[in-house]
Amino acid sequence: MSEHAAPLVELRDATKSYGAVRALRDGNLTLRPGEVRALMGENGAGKSTLVKVLGGVVRRDSGDMLVDGEPVAFHSPHDARDAGIAVIYQEPTLFPDLSIAENVVMGYHPLGSLKRIDRRAMHRQVQGLLDRLGVKLDSERPVRGLSIADQQIVEIAKALSFDARVLIMDEPTAALSGAEVERLFTVVRTLREHGAAVLFISHRLEEVFKICDTVTVMRDGAVVHDARVADMTPDEMVRRMVGRELSALFPKQDAAIGAPVLKVERLTREGVFFDVSFEVRAGEIVALAGLVGAGRSEVARAIFGIDKPDAGHVEVDGRRVPAARPLAAMRAGIGFVPEDRRQQGLVMDLSIARNATMTRLRPLSRFGLIGGGAEKRLAREWATRLQLKFHRLDNPVGFLSGGNQQKVVLAKWLATEPKLLILDEPTRGIDVGTKAEVHRLMSELAGRGLAVLMISSELPEVLGMADRVLVMHEGRLTAALSRADADEESVIRAATGQVQEAAA
Amino acid sequence: MSVQAAPAPGSGPIEGAGARRLTERVFRVRELGIVIALVLLIAVTAILEPRFVETNSLRNLALNASIFAILAVGQTLVIVTRNVDLSVGSVLGLSAFLAGDLLSGDQGLALPIVFALGIALGAACGLLNGVLVTWGRVPALVVTLGTLYAFRGIAFLWTDGRQVNAETLPDAFLNLGTDSVLGVPFLVLIALIVVVAVGQWLRDYRAGRELYAIGSNPEGARLAGVRSDRRVLTAFVLAGALAGLGGVLFTARFGTVDATAGTGYELTVIAAAVVGGVAIFGGTGSVYGAALGALLLGTITSSLIVLRVEAFWQQAAIGALLLVAIALDRLVGLRVDAALRRRSARRVG
Repeated sequence: MSEHAAPLVELRDATKSYGAVRALRDGNLTLRPGEVRALMGENGAGKSTLVKVLGGVVRRDSGDMLVDGEPVAFHSPHDARDAGIAVIYQEPTLFPDLSIAENVVMGYHPLGSLKRIDRRAMHRQVQGLLDRLGVKLDSERPVRGLSIADQQIVEIAKALSFDARVLIMDEPTAALSGAEVERLFTVVRTLREHGAAVLFISHRLEEVFKICDTVTVMRDGAVVHDARVADMTPDEMVRRMVGRELSALFPKQDAAIGAPVLKVERLTREGVFFDVSFEVRAGEIVALAGLVGAGRSEVARAIFGIDKPDAGHVEVDGRRVPAARPLAAMRAGIGFVPEDRRQQGLVMDLSIARNATMTRLRPLSRFGLIGGGAEKRLAREWATRLQLKFHRLDNPVGFLSGGNQQKVVLAKWLATEPKLLILDEPTRGIDVGTKAEVHRLMSELAGRGLAVLMISSELPEVLGMADRVLVMHEGRLTAALSRADADEESVIRAATGQVQEAAA
Repeated sequence: MSVQAAPAPGSGPIEGAGARRLTERVFRVRELGIVIALVLLIAVTAILEPRFVETNSLRNLALNASIFAILAVGQTLVIVTRNVDLSVGSVLGLSAFLAGDLLSGDQGLALPIVFALGIALGAACGLLNGVLVTWGRVPALVVTLGTLYAFRGIAFLWTDGRQVNAETLPDAFLNLGTDSVLGVPFLVLIALIVVVAVGQWLRDYRAGRELYAIGSNPEGARLAGVRSDRRVLTAFVLAGALAGLGGVLFTARFGTVDATAGTGYELTVIAAAVVGGVAIFGGTGSVYGAALGALLLGTITSSLIVLRVEAFWQQAAIGALLLVAIALDRLVGLRVDAALRRRSARRVG
């Protein structure tokens, strides 16, 4: 490593706000040739925003960015790429209709005579990249239908397809198996030897300690620490990321665990999840943990009847719930708070009252007409019970903060008096204060005998809230841990497929 | 219709690397399906009414389909990017009247100039559409619905009730609509050149491939460094230019032009593209398919006329064809998806 070499990329005091939300402040980062730097932080700490600034996807509001010591202004990802910066984004950026090869070289196809695309050269180049990454993928195959891990490989191939001097990877290993991660690291080391700089985002501490030279820690949108990895301990890193003690945050009260409410029997959806069986009892909070793309949300969707499973079935209170019919699932007593609040949980332009009572249209209506008074009364009742902060009930729900929006979604489902509530990432994008409130609420609901199935990517939340932790890896349940057995290590090991399959 | 042509993809041997070949085959089958449907249609009509396959009649068929094929090619460029251009009929009307007006005013005007002006007018209309869609961030459906009426309104203002008649047009120009080169009608030749040129551009050039990328995943295209706005703008300009070309050819073929020329063409053209396998949500489809779709729609109309079927049934037949094509695409798409998913699953498991 060359600590005194001139930096390839330097970001100074960059800031970025989305509306009233300050996603990034004090964005300071330096990448030198031959350096592998880790970027650590909790979800929502501002890592992705910082990456998007570096990649030219969003423009910073203020601050400077230097490439080779020269100030630059990226207007598009194209500019960043021309400056030699390759980025692997967290969210999929692939073209399902096109071949793997075209996905990799899009916009930079190798050309033959008359500037025509040289297809043979293209496939040779991409096949070479895939082989180098050690995966058995056919470069001519369309991307549609690839598993998340394979899609990630294609993303990586894309970033490696040109001579990048700076490679930024936003959780590249999240969906990869051990062997694939190892191969990626070999590639990273090769790049380092050639004098490239790598920015590596990962939640897995052991990976950071294995491959990274330096680390930048972010918290609440700001860079709070910059150090050599060798000078840090894992405990210190976690402390700097979280900035508080873990245990105090997630209070799950003890509740009497009753009879099984939900029973999932050998649920399978080809290519997505396989042979998933478990149960959730009254008063119990069961967390479904795993990496992004492990199939957790898909299982939830199948339970609620959004997607049709290929095999297996779901029972509530011992009665089979008809497959692929959300209305039947609702009648059986299931409530579903989806992952994407804005797209799936709420109708953003409709009022708070409308949104909160959306599930109760039938009881609220008389002769097919919905009574405005009854609607308001019901909405007000739930707003009070959930301590919703609002101005007027007929304001669009989009006016509310993320946390309060989530409360409206919760109100909507609690109004149906469900027996089982499925919560997919219940506190994503919610500030810390409201987060604690949502957790208190969940705990209280469980205390009153509700069965809760929670999907969460935040380990502290999983460990703090759940009575039992089920872990998924590549569509299969790999562990079922009791509250006492579940810790960071056991969950991560199961989530990355480092344990043999366990019976749930 | 083309059901016979599309063997159930699941029934074939799908193993290992077969998935790619499978999808490739499906796409090839898609175009082959139209060809077979076309042949069947002509054969059936010929049996019922032998005059349908006389040279003259087939020639008319090809001539009628040519202008639609050119428009369908332009439409494909736009649809592939997950947009749509509803204004092509009105653009064709404007350019048709421009050509007629210019030539009846000055019979000696060089034809290449007329073509150039017609195409330029179309391109300008396309530019307006494209700018509103890319810079204005207004959905293409809304923008081009607006310009559909706006351009037609301009045509009415401009023509002011006038009509251009064949008598006032130079023979050299009118002959373009009927003349042949080595037995191939001139119009058909132009359509073929347009189809092949755009087809190759979409297949073999970066800009063409980027159109597919944009339609397949707009946000992904942006992150991959594709200059999406520029490409979408190009697609609209080309679609406009081709509509402009279509307008000049319209005047050459029919001789009579008023403000209503090309009214309703947009829907026929979109139907042709969709029947030809261009996915309305972008990302897939070829101009060859779209052009064949135009030919198929034209042939159905002609054969129903020859068979003296009422006009109402002609429309119903086109509607039915559209639904069959869409249903078929969906069905095949689902099976391919399932096959690809299974294939991936096998690798994981």
